[in-house]
Amino acid sequence: MRLEILDRGHAFGAKVLFALIRLVSRQPVVDAVKLVMYRPDFYGTPMKKLVHEAMRGPSAWSVGDRELMAAFVSKANECEFCIKAHGAVAAKAYGDGTKVVAVLADLETAPVDESLRATLRMLGKLVREGAVDADDMRAVLAAGASREQIEDALAVCFAFDTTNRLANAFEFFVPGPAGFEAGAKFLLARGYQ
Amino acid sequence: MADVKQARKAVIARILEGEGKTAQAQRRAAFDDAELSEPLRTLVHKVATHAHDVSTHDIAAARESGLSEDEIFEIVVCAAIGQATRQHDTALAALDAATNGK
Repeated sequence: MRLEILDRGHAFGAKVLFALIRLVSRQPVVDAVKLVMYRPDFYGTPMKKLVHEAMRGPSAWSVGDRELMAAFVSKANECEFCIKAHGAVAAKAYGDGTKVVAVLADLETAPVDESLRATLRMLGKLVREGAVDADDMRAVLAAGASREQIEDALAVCFAFDTTNRLANAFEFFVPGPAGFEAGAKFLLARGYQ
Repeated sequence: MADVKQARKAVIARILEGEGKTAQAQRRAAFDDAELSEPLRTLVHKVATHAHDVSTHDIAAARESGLSEDEIFEIVVCAAIGQATRQHDTALAALDAATNGK
C-alpha cells in the first residue's frame, strides 16, 4: 500500500474490526477492506452501497456472472488483486472454477452463453479503449442480452473501473490463495455492505 | 437497478461536493483529468488512463510537492471515479443510440 494512512491511519473502531477479521478469518486484512474503511464517509460507505447493489441487487445476471464480469474487467484493467479476488468469488458462486479460468484465458472459446460472451466482449472493449459505439451495443443485444442486462453489466463495470484504478494506484498487496479463499467465502455470504 | 443509479450519483456528489481536505475545484479537476499542474497532472492522468503504470515515484512526487496523504487519497479517488464515469456515460449513450432510448 503506497499511502501509509490507508495502511495504518484508521479510526479506532476500524482497527478493532480489523483485529476481529484477523481472528475469525486467520488471514491478514486485505487492502480492499483497508481502503473502504479509511475515512469511510468520503469514499468507502457510499461506494460499498453502489458495489453491493451492482453485485448483489436484483438482476437477470446471476451472482456468478457478475463476479465473472468483475474479474474480466479487472483483467482488461490489468489489476492482479481484483482478478484473483473476484475470480475466486465467481468460481465459488458457480461451484465451478473451470469456467472462470476458461473465460480469463480465452473469452471466444470459453463455455459460456452467447449473451454473456457478447456482454464481456463489449465490457473488454469499453475498458481497453475507453469507449464503445452503437454497433457494439447492437451486437450484444443481437446475442440475446436485454437492455436491462447491459445496464446491469455496465454498473458492474463502473464499480471495477473505479476499484481497479485505486488498487493499482495504491498498489494493493496480493495475498496467496488462502487469503483470496477466505475473502471469497465472506463476499459470497455477506456481499459488499 | 434504479438503486444503483442513485448510488452512483451519491458517490459522485459526495466526492465532488462534500467536505474534504482538498478544495472542491481541485477534486473536480482530478475527476475531469484536466487543469492540474505537475506533478499531479501526471499522477491523475495515469490513474485515469493506465493506472497499472502508477509508480511509487508518482505518489512520492505528489507528497514532495507538499500534498498530505489525505489530499493524495482524495485526488486519486476523484481521478478513478471520473474516468469510470466517462466510460459509463459513453457506453450508456451508445446503448441509447442502439435502442433509440427505449
